[in-house]
Amino acid sequence: MDAITFPPVVLGPLLPTLIVLASAALVLLLDLGPRWISRDLPAGVALAGLVAALLVTLGRWGTAGRAFRDMIVLDNFALFFNVVICYAAALVVLLSMDYLRRTGSDSAEYWALVLFATAGMMLLAAAGDLVVVFLGLELMSLSLYVLAGLFKRELASGEAALKYFLLGAFASSFLVYGIALIYGAAGTTSLDRIALAMAGRTNDPLFVIGVGLLLVGFGFKISSVPFHMWAPDVYQGAPTSVTVLIATGSKAAAFAALIRVLAVQLRGVPADWSALVWVGAAVTMTVGNVVAIAQSNLKRMLAYSSIAHVGYMLIGLLAGGPGGVGAVLFYLLTYTFTTAGAFGVITLCERARAEAVDVADYTGLARRHPVLAAALALFLLSLIGIPPLAGFVGKFYLFGAAVRAGYLWLAVIAVLNSAVAAYYYLRVVVLMYMREPEGAATSYVPSFAGGLALTIALLAIVLLGVIPAPFADLAQAAVAPLLR
Amino acid sequence: MPFVLLSAVTFLPGAGGLALLFIPGRRAGIIRVVALAISLVTFALSLPLYFGFDGADPGYQFEEHRPWMPTLGVSYHVGIDGISLLLVLLTTFLMPLALASAWDGIEDRVKGFVATMLILETGMLGVFVSLDLFLFYVFWEAMLIPMYFIIGVWGGPNRIYAAVKFVLYTMVGSVLMLVAILALYYQYGAASGRYTFDLPALTQFVMAPGLGQNLMFLAFALAFAIKVPLFPFHTWLPDAHVEAPTAGSVILAGVLLKMGTYGFLRFCLPLFPDATLAFGPVVFALAVIGIVYGAWVSTVQPDMKKLVAYSSVSHLGFVMLGIFTLNQQGLVGGLIQMVNHGLSTGALFLMVGMIYERRHSRLIADFGGLWRVVPAFSALFLVVVLSSLGLPGLNGFVGEFLVLVGAFQRSVWLAAVATSGIIFAAVYLLWMYQRVIFGEISHEANRALRDLTPREWAVLVPVVALIVWIGVYPGAFTGKTETAVEALIAQVQSKTSANR
Repeated sequence: MDAITFPPVVLGPLLPTLIVLASAALVLLLDLGPRWISRDLPAGVALAGLVAALLVTLGRWGTAGRAFRDMIVLDNFALFFNVVICYAAALVVLLSMDYLRRTGSDSAEYWALVLFATAGMMLLAAAGDLVVVFLGLELMSLSLYVLAGLFKRELASGEAALKYFLLGAFASSFLVYGIALIYGAAGTTSLDRIALAMAGRTNDPLFVIGVGLLLVGFGFKISSVPFHMWAPDVYQGAPTSVTVLIATGSKAAAFAALIRVLAVQLRGVPADWSALVWVGAAVTMTVGNVVAIAQSNLKRMLAYSSIAHVGYMLIGLLAGGPGGVGAVLFYLLTYTFTTAGAFGVITLCERARAEAVDVADYTGLARRHPVLAAALALFLLSLIGIPPLAGFVGKFYLFGAAVRAGYLWLAVIAVLNSAVAAYYYLRVVVLMYMREPEGAATSYVPSFAGGLALTIALLAIVLLGVIPAPFADLAQAAVAPLLR
Repeated sequence: MPFVLLSAVTFLPGAGGLALLFIPGRRAGIIRVVALAISLVTFALSLPLYFGFDGADPGYQFEEHRPWMPTLGVSYHVGIDGISLLLVLLTTFLMPLALASAWDGIEDRVKGFVATMLILETGMLGVFVSLDLFLFYVFWEAMLIPMYFIIGVWGGPNRIYAAVKFVLYTMVGSVLMLVAILALYYQYGAASGRYTFDLPALTQFVMAPGLGQNLMFLAFALAFAIKVPLFPFHTWLPDAHVEAPTAGSVILAGVLLKMGTYGFLRFCLPLFPDATLAFGPVVFALAVIGIVYGAWVSTVQPDMKKLVAYSSVSHLGFVMLGIFTLNQQGLVGGLIQMVNHGLSTGALFLMVGMIYERRHSRLIADFGGLWRVVPAFSALFLVVVLSSLGLPGLNGFVGEFLVLVGAFQRSVWLAAVATSGIIFAAVYLLWMYQRVIFGEISHEANRALRDLTPREWAVLVPVVALIVWIGVYPGAFTGKTETAVEALIAQVQSKTSANR
């Protein structure tokens, strides 16, 4: 009998994730210390951990590392997503610092959970095996379920957590079932080996059904129609800082896994998924934008708008090739900064001692606080896709990829959708700039960290809008090896 | 040494506008002066463009070409030819006047207003100088937002409705153009192996006539037709013009509408010549309908500003008519008419704004007999009104005459109908002038009106001088444009005959 041979333990490719996990552990330990330690240090440690992970990630750019028998693949693709995820998480930490204190929910668990969720996202991006996909997804999702219910005394927060958990668990079971069927068909869960095993017999019904179930699971995580129902309630009910993480980091990570599975595993699959994705993209962006028009809660409106943005990104996925998929990566980068910025403004606005979440709360904000109003206006204009902000270039790459791949009508639907979107985004601008404040005024809650986060996000959307080429080229270079 | 004059002219106002944001808002006086100074320096910088421009050269001059997004084939490519030169000058000329006209009219958030106006100027100039489709689209979309703020924040009572309508209308038109730009880009790339958004390269491309070219033409034409506005896409215009503050109306009528007609000249004609010929009769007919319809509707307006707004529909109809004659006289006439309309209608808006500042009414019925109270104002108003209705000796006549000469070569009947537009223009403008200026003083409130202030003289004299100058010596302007127009016509003809 052969002795079980353990694969050599190579931790290098896991390093960014390990740093984040280590800082999470440190945060939990600090909580046991005296009050001055447990009060101020955890947030700093979390931020330091994320920045360190970001630096390590940037330092590894261009190197491809594999570990644990190809279960972890830290290639440029994963590194690109690590950057997006680390930025998203770092912005979340900055935005949370004063926000939590103000809402009386500051605790070490919060920071640890944010870090655990981040580690899960980074695992997802680097997963070379369906088991790691599942592992990362659950690590991320379970942390987020708890975070969504952070405001224990608020009904909406509890509802959000429960809804997120139930529907999320439902989606996870689809995913596991899909993984099981694929394993049944291919005899392996490693993405590379599945591709080899299924070469020439991709019509195997087990395999096709398995992949379909996987897509359902991912569709839920990226909140594409018809699996989007949870998003508005969760985005609205969860603490706004957590909403940022759900809307940006978790979406990016789910896209990372989706792209890797689609690109590596479905390559050469004759079953035509493109018609399905075509319809999915068109319906997702249209439903997101049309329903967003009717929302009076700003968080809920942004939730529907984020659904619409998923629809745009599906176009890039459909168009395929380094151009199309690279456009999705670039779009996620721009979308992360823009969305984090828009939600970030909400965390800094207060009305009548409560968070200002209604669109109407922003009436006349330009008079009260011109800088904050200008910041929110710029984020919204970037979401519309007005040049020279990042959102425009992101859309330009996506729609360009669609036109190149021959999906002309989908591009037409998409641009008309952006015109629809302009209506509801501009409605907020109308209220902020063109109406006078009335009743209890919305006030700005000073926060150095929050201001810093908004400044970073603003600089990013201007930079990505004016000199997009280097970043878009990086995104394309990151996906090109996957698609080869 | 790369030429940077054009970039300096284009970006100076915007950069100045952004810099102004750092001056404390309560120092409104200083902010106004600095903003006016920036716009005057921009105008001064643009004068060498006119004097250094070689009218005999049909190509682009003052060109700058730098890579921007090399992997996509996007470059920062700007330059002007005889077609864009006059529009650049019109923009830099009108902006100081608009800012000066808002000296007393805008009291609220002065800093925001002047900064927005200056950023808008950069957007408009960018549209006229861009020789790269990507760059053009960036400016085209970006300038929507400052105009939206100008109407929505500083406009009249119904300003929000007007601002949102303006943005949504224009945006629907322009997003489809984006798809067409992308389609053109890939079609050219597939055919030539070189993927680029560079306009001079793309205009060399002889595209097969047919559905593809027609759809692209329609997508571009929709964006431009809404901006012009060509009947029946004009319904945003009366709202936007009436609600906008005076300075906003001047820029809107003076420059923004020209971006639509300029778009037809710069993009539709050379890029899609077969489709231009195919859809020419339709546009021709719509232009004539717009001329007559705009004039009729103007006649019955009780509000002076609305009257001027609808008269724009009519006047821009003449420009479109001239462009789609596709002959030398028509095109040159259309081009001159663009400038004329910018001057005359800009001046009309300025003067209606002056009355409004005094009386807080724009209703024709509230006035009468102003001649006795404000003689200087009435005299200048007469010149502007006569220029707008095309009196020989003033600028309007030159443009309309050339357009009609061109139009009669195309279709005698339609040209004859269009000519009636000139008669109706005389009707609605003179009738309005008569009711406002002549007769007895019908309202006591009008007895105390003040005549032109030195600031208003300073605003109006340059416009009136230019109105007379173009009327007496149009050659100073047509001379710069004729070769470029000839080259454009030759290009359209060679490309359409290549496909026969």
